[in-house]
Formats: sequence, structure tokens, C-alpha cells
Amino acid sequence: MNATTAPVQAGYNFAYLDEHTKRMIRRALLKAVAIPGYQVPFGSREMPLPYGWGTGGIQVTAALIGPDDVLKVIDQGADDTTNAVNIRSFFAKVAGVATTTRTTEATLIQTRHRIPETPLAEGQILVFQVPIPEPLRWLEPRETETRTMHALREYGLMHVKLYEDIVRHGRIATTYDYPVIVNDHYLMRPSPIPKFDNPKLHRNPALMLFGAGREKRVYAVPPYTDVRSLDFDDHPFAVERWEEPCALCASTEAYLDEIILDDKGGRMFVCSDTEYCAVRQEAGHKGAMAP
Amino acid sequence: MSIHQELDLAHMQAAFAAPVRDAQTCFRALLEGLARPGRIQRLADIPVPPAGLGAAQSAILLALADRDTPVWLPPVVRSAAAGAYLRFYCGCPLATRLADATFVVVSTLAGLPALYDLSLGDPEFPDRSATLLVEVASFDSGASLRLRGPGIADEAELRVADWSESATALVQENRRRVPLGVDIVLTCGDRLVGLPRTVHLTAEGMACM
Repeated sequence: MNATTAPVQAGYNFAYLDEHTKRMIRRALLKAVAIPGYQVPFGSREMPLPYGWGTGGIQVTAALIGPDDVLKVIDQGADDTTNAVNIRSFFAKVAGVATTTRTTEATLIQTRHRIPETPLAEGQILVFQVPIPEPLRWLEPRETETRTMHALREYGLMHVKLYEDIVRHGRIATTYDYPVIVNDHYLMRPSPIPKFDNPKLHRNPALMLFGAGREKRVYAVPPYTDVRSLDFDDHPFAVERWEEPCALCASTEAYLDEIILDDKGGRMFVCSDTEYCAVRQEAGHKGAMAP
Repeated sequence: MSIHQELDLAHMQAAFAAPVRDAQTCFRALLEGLARPGRIQRLADIPVPPAGLGAAQSAILLALADRDTPVWLPPVVRSAAAGAYLRFYCGCPLATRLADATFVVVSTLAGLPALYDLSLGDPEFPDRSATLLVEVASFDSGASLRLRGPGIADEAELRVADWSESATALVQENRRRVPLGVDIVLTCGDRLVGLPRTVHLTAEGMACM
């Protein structure tokens, strides 16, 4: 599907939110960009879908989007799953913007739990849907305490958690939502992206914004900002690797999903980023199980 | 003009022609400006500002100021048309103390306030800090500033007319206080450049250096 436009549904302000709410979110986003990795509180609104379906990301997108934007929405890398299809059609209805599945065509990409495989460029904005923004929340439940810990850069607790992983499992067992330090200060949850995507956060030319609707926080990683995954000298950070390439496009560089084919142990590994996989197949790359 | 004085609507200048669209484009330019310090952004199709405000300053306030954001204007600007204009279109309180203001309008680099008179946020909430809108004479002449930091791939260069050592000192002191601090937007007519608190700035080619 290439860029398409739909007529705007009458009765709504442009991009659904009222202008006062947009100004409030916009001011929060500007402070978020100025303080990389810091969670800015904002007055999250009721959205026409439940918490957990990307209300934070949608509010950030609604505050950003303009008539000239081209929007792409992905859910776990796929353009064609429920969440992605619904959010895309929501903005097509309330903002009348062009939507696309092509990563390179999009100016705004809202994502649930992946960063596209195709490298992003300057001029693109990636909006993450965040369930729990506070990286220390499961270690320290009190917001007053975690705020002080961020102010003092007191992140020893997170190192202890990763160390306990090593003691129990022999390696750092955290595989998604892997904690990072942004611009040498704030500890940040990158949202539940696989740790495979963490290196893409580091000095990315695109602007990355994060929205948590239920928890009422926005935060940001500006372009070309240092983002370091926490690790230890003797247990350095490493991303997942697969023993076989994508079964459809033969990519050896993409994040692969395991798909169970039958109850006799049959399985295949395919790219989680459906658009990347489709583009490669169109270009003639063929995996072992390609049609 | 006293805050209780009647607004003179007969002489009120026009603001955004299409408020929803224009506020969005101004915001995106400002977001881009703060996300990529040193890179000049131009605001298109913005209204003629009231006396005392630059076109970009006025547009930024129209886009972002409202009843939740006290705006500080230099006294001479505040008592002129600009004060009434902002009260009418934004409904924002006009702060009398710098420390109360969310947006601080500065008309010339020489008029930069002292950093510690401004709201810098507090360690738990560094976002509760002021944004400065500073009008400068030109981005095409004057001291050459070198910028590094988040948002800049390697190094950015910016020229600002009438840049002073005290301006350098303010930006450097602001950087030293991170995550506390103010975020500065330099404006020149319809153009703007962001200098967020994280920017490392060094100045070259100034008269007395």
C-alpha cells in the first residue's frame, strides 16, 4: 500500500484532541526533547480506545501531526495487525492525513514495540507506545523515591537486578524493554522493544518520542544522542542472533519471529518487520520457504 | 497598560489565519529547532507581530501560550500593544516576576536576564522551567558559535549578531546546571534556532576575545 488519503470525519477537531490539550502535550514534548530521557508528566486524556492500546502514542501523534504528514503505524513490526490498522485508520479519519506502510515514505511512524529495520533518516519522527515508562518501577514502587533516584542518578538498583540475572541464569536474561542510559544521565525504558533494537536508539538521525497514556508521561531521545544499554565489563551487552536467515526474504540482519507451523515441531523464522521483508522479496531475495 | 484596562478590540491586529494548522506548523518548527540545535528553522505564513515582539516570538506564543503559562514581557513591551494582543489571543497571564514565567520574551541579547532570576525547575521536575524567546539582530553576521550535544551529529555552527561574552557565559552556566536550566530559542524575524539546556557552546571571533 502506498500513501493514501481519506476524507476527514466531520464533528472532530483536526487530529481529535482539542487545541488546549495539544498545546499542553506540545509544551511537554519540547521539554522532553530538551531533557533527553527525562519523563515529563502530562495531562493524559481519555481516548476512544482503552489503555494498553497505545493511548500515549496516539496523543503524541495527535499533537505532532499536520496535514502534510505521511503516517505509518506498526505493531510488533507489522503494518497489518489490529492495533496498527486501527490507529492508522483513526488518523486517516480525524486528520485526513496520508498513510503508508513504506518506512522511507513516512514522516511520522507510530510504533508498538519495534524500531523498523530500514534505517530512519533526518526529518522522520518515531513515536513509541509505552506501557510503563518508569524503569525503576518494579524495583521501587514509590514515585517520590524514583524521582529522587533519577535526580541523583542513583541507578545501583538496576545494576543489582541485572547482576541477579547473571547469578541465576549465567547471563543477563532481560531481552526486551532493556534499560538504557540516555545522554549519560537518565535511565530510560525504551518501551518493550526487543534488545535487538537498542543499538538503533544510539545516535539515530530521527527524533524519537515516547508516550505513556495511562502513566501520563512523555519522554524523548533527540537525534544523534548517546544511548547506552546497561551492562558489565565481563557481561557486555549483546543482541539476539539467529542460526538461520528469514524463511521468506533470507535476511540475516533482521529481527526474526518464530512461527509454529504444526504440532510436530515444524517452525519457521520470518522477519518481524513485514514491510522490510516484503521490500526484500520484491527485490528478488528468496528464503527457503518463499512462495 | 493595566491588566484591568479594557482591551481595545478596534485596533487589535490579526493573529493566525488558520489557528489549528498554523499552531501545528509553528510547533513542529520549534520541535525541530530544539531537537537539532543550531539549525535555522523558518516559520512560513505567520502573522505580522504586534509592536515589541518578533514575528517568530509572537507565533510561538500564539501556538503554545495559554492560561496555564505565565508569559513575561519586558515592561516596555508589556505595556504596549503586545501585552493586549497576547492577553486577547492566548489568554495567558502576564507575569510580573521573571521566576513565575513559563515563557520569557527578551527583545535584545543585551536584555538577557540573569540565569538565576529564571525558573530552572527543580531536581525532581526539571521540566518545570522557563523557555526563553530571545530576538537577535541577525543569523548571517556576528560571532561564530560552535555547538555540540544531543541533536547535533558532530558539530554545528551558528552566527549570531551582537553575541556577547555574557551570553556565552549564560549558556555555559545553563549547561553546567543540567538537568536544571532554561531552554533558549533565538529568533530573528520569522526564523528561529533552538539552544536547549544540553547544548555545549563555544564562541569565536568576538571583538574583545
